[in-house]
Amino acid sequence: MRNPAITAVLSGLLICWAAMVAAFEIEEDTLFAGTGTGGELRILSTTDTGIFAPLLRAFQATRPDVSIRYTVASSQEVYRALYDEGAGYDLAISSAMDLQMKLANDGFAQPFRGAAGFDWPAWAHWQDRLFAFAQEPVVLIVSRAGLGDLPLPRTRQDLISLMRDYPDVFTGRIGTYDPTLSGAGYLFATQDARQSDTFWRLAEVMGGMHPRLYSASGAMIADLQAGELVMAYNVLGSYAEARLDADAGDVIVALEDFTLTLLRTALIPQQAPSPELGAAFLGFMLSPAGQQIIETQTGLPAIDESALAAGPHLRPIRLGPGLLVFVDPLKRERFLEEWRAAVQQPSDQP
Amino acid sequence: MRFLLVEDNTDLAQSVQTRLSMDGHGVDWAPTLQSAEDHLGSATYDLILLDIMLPDGDGRDFLAAHRRAKRDTPVIVMTARSAVTDRVALLDSGADDYVTKPFDFAELEARVRAVLRRRSGVAQTTRSYADLVFDPLSATVVVNGDARELRNRELRLFEVLLSAPDRIFSKAQLCDRLFSYAETVTDNAIEVYVGRLRRKLDGSRARIETVRGVGYRLTQT
Amino acid sequence: MSSARATSPSIRQRLVLQLVVVAALLSGLLYLSVRTVADAAVETTQDSILGAATTTIADELRGGEDGIEVDIPYTAFSMLGAIGQDRVFYRIMVGNQTVTGYDDLPAPDGTASGLEPRYYSRPFRDVDLRIAAVSRTVLVQGRAVEAVIIVGQTRQGQAAIVANMANRAAALGLGFFVVATLLSILTAGTVLRPINRLAEAVGRRGPQDLRPIHRDAPRELAPFVTALNGFITRLGGALSRTETFIAEAAHHIRTPLATVRAQAEIALRQTNDDATRTALRSVVRAVDASARSAGQLLDHATVVYRTDQRTDERLDLGALTRDIARAFEPTADLREIVIALDVPVDPVQVTGDRLLLESALRNLVDNAIKYADPETQVDIALKLGDGRAEILVCDRGRGLSGVQAQALTKRFQRGENVGDVVGSGLGLTIVNEVAQAAGGSFDIVNRKGGGACATLQLPLS
Repeated sequence: MRNPAITAVLSGLLICWAAMVAAFEIEEDTLFAGTGTGGELRILSTTDTGIFAPLLRAFQATRPDVSIRYTVASSQEVYRALYDEGAGYDLAISSAMDLQMKLANDGFAQPFRGAAGFDWPAWAHWQDRLFAFAQEPVVLIVSRAGLGDLPLPRTRQDLISLMRDYPDVFTGRIGTYDPTLSGAGYLFATQDARQSDTFWRLAEVMGGMHPRLYSASGAMIADLQAGELVMAYNVLGSYAEARLDADAGDVIVALEDFTLTLLRTALIPQQAPSPELGAAFLGFMLSPAGQQIIETQTGLPAIDESALAAGPHLRPIRLGPGLLVFVDPLKRERFLEEWRAAVQQPSDQP
Repeated sequence: MRFLLVEDNTDLAQSVQTRLSMDGHGVDWAPTLQSAEDHLGSATYDLILLDIMLPDGDGRDFLAAHRRAKRDTPVIVMTARSAVTDRVALLDSGADDYVTKPFDFAELEARVRAVLRRRSGVAQTTRSYADLVFDPLSATVVVNGDARELRNRELRLFEVLLSAPDRIFSKAQLCDRLFSYAETVTDNAIEVYVGRLRRKLDGSRARIETVRGVGYRLTQT
Repeated sequence: MSSARATSPSIRQRLVLQLVVVAALLSGLLYLSVRTVADAAVETTQDSILGAATTTIADELRGGEDGIEVDIPYTAFSMLGAIGQDRVFYRIMVGNQTVTGYDDLPAPDGTASGLEPRYYSRPFRDVDLRIAAVSRTVLVQGRAVEAVIIVGQTRQGQAAIVANMANRAAALGLGFFVVATLLSILTAGTVLRPINRLAEAVGRRGPQDLRPIHRDAPRELAPFVTALNGFITRLGGALSRTETFIAEAAHHIRTPLATVRAQAEIALRQTNDDATRTALRSVVRAVDASARSAGQLLDHATVVYRTDQRTDERLDLGALTRDIARAFEPTADLREIVIALDVPVDPVQVTGDRLLLESALRNLVDNAIKYADPETQVDIALKLGDGRAEILVCDRGRGLSGVQAQALTKRFQRGENVGDVVGSGLGLTIVNEVAQAAGGSFDIVNRKGGGACATLQLPLS
């Protein structure tokens, strides 16, 4: 954990499945106790508690009477909890933009009344219901040691050529998300496919390398550091930045043909028990002070239009009805089928 | 004096004629402007008494033509109109003075005298009686070369007495001539003026004689 | 004059009001039409996009042996985000079965036939939707099956655009209204200027000015000017007829009176009978009284008329005073009254109506001579000082006998001690009214040592 002091305010780490009313799977449930009179702010999030703790504590410093229950779940579970089960949370934070968009579109998000106070870029919010509070590139990470003398790929075309030319270096040593398991992985894959036809060729070539499939960025980074992977494709930039050690020769590559930029978004669920607390925390995240803490203490890049302007290869994933297309079950079914056909080639089948 | 009376109303004209002749004036009557012109062509007058509204024209037009022709016979207009509005217009058109109908003959005479006095070149009007010479225009009597000025009522009284020497005038008759009819005076008031006039005639052969119980008369010794 | 006729609204007000009402109506109309057109345009635009999105999905429908395949293109929905951030709902039906999407999204009434999208508005869940529906027939296992694609979208973006346009239309309408109002006021002023000029030209005229108006007037005013000139001509005629009538009437009354008076004087000269003489005196006095009253009534009427409609001119008060004094000399002389004049040689300039001032002076001098004792002196003095000219007319006579000056200046009010003098009681009223009309004052007081002193004050020009 980046901040060891987190244990001090961690009043309890409760992983008690039975006690939870919800049937969805949660990974962590932490209570940041306040003086108790201001009620309880319940946040359902896909972001690890350790990363988010500084922001939560900073908010609690302004509202010491508020207790915060911070619950971590996968993006699919976050979506399911709200869409299907009507779980009572005051704020839903997720990196799965498509699912968040679906929630907002289908009326599961409340309007955020404080939105007028912020001059938020048009691409970083949808209506007054869905707000991005962090933007991070989706990157390729490479182990210098594993790559040996080979040049660093700068585009997807380079990557395809590398794998074709040196299959022995990469076979079994390439990692990527399994879109069938990971919401983020599915989002990256669909957006990749939308951006360029190169994606399907890359998927085919990668499939020939027998890639290892993951459901989280952390595991990919860990395996790369352990020397089991030469490259991992579509890793969350903030995680890589935080954990990779440049001295060890591990490199983060933002591919120059295009690099997707993920927006972490938050919304106030329609059935929030204390929507005013959710709104207060959302307002805090979007405020200059909140953005400053996000940038410097959580390691998540704050919303920054100039960063996008400086990097022409950066493509923020657009918040909008287009995202709904890939949430459609038929569409999803069809996409994953195609993906499997490309990546899990028959020869790999056991 | 000789007057030309231009007046279309016969009754008024005859009255004025009668009244003025009582004071010894000669009056020719012209009922129209045309006949006025005829009279002026054939005789000379000391003064014209002019009415404004005449059957054959406006007296003011006649007046204007009269002045254009450089005839200097003085004109007194007899108007029936309001004094205020007409005075300026009448005097502007060449009238020497005006009287408003109905008029007091005493006032008319006074105005006539004033007009004639203002005019130069009017024919000699002096009259002689006994050893005195009387000039009614300048209101003087000259006794043995000594000119004596008469005041208005003395003048009028002397005129009355001089109009018929030796005739006895009653006090009432004299009062009528000296005082306006609006004034209430006793017959004795006349004695004051008779006394004054006697003093003015001092040293003359002419004298005013008291006729007891009857009146006064002018005689000469 | 003008205050009496402020009852009906002015032409200017009416004109401005009418133009403003027209401007308001036009502004309202402008606003409504811009709004309606904008509304229709935005709706048409959004409908086309919605229709395009729906058609795009329909084009991806594929029949086959396993059933219908649908591959919703990303662009189908992303294009719906073009105008605003509206919520999107969709439903794909085959027969009555919902293949994918929101199965409670309202289907079109009847059959969605044809290739062209059908549009309709329906409430859905918590919002109102604009919906496009397209139907396609596909072959499934050799059988023709009808598929319906329904896409709905909220109209918040459209509402925002329309509201924005409505605001602009309102601003436009308001601006138009303001400009039109200003122009209306200007126009009313321009249109009415000739009328005002004409009115001024007529208003500036003096009381005697009955010439026709020769002034360039707009064609529309020509009938008015013609009518006005006709009226002036008729008025002039009427006035001249009235004047002639009064003159003739006066002539016809005063001439017989003059005859009566002359005859009475003649008779007085010829009779010695006391009773007859007394009767004849009464006749003369009655004639004098009626003639004088009639004269003063006419004078008073003239003064009142001229006070309202006076023609002011600059005149020399000194010359006027001398003139009048001289005119009264014969009258004064009859009673052996001497008029003593004390008037400056230099002109004394005052501004006033000549006839009014003359009338006042004549009444003052006439009064003084009338009420003075015989063989006394009437003093007429003209003095200057403090921006005012002061005319003093003083006599030696019976005085005022306790009656106040204010009372004497009332109409038909005479002193208590004047029964034996012919008079109407209007003389001092005339003087007082003239003094007030000229901005001056009038006063009459008892004179020390007997008699009265009248003071007429007038402002110097």
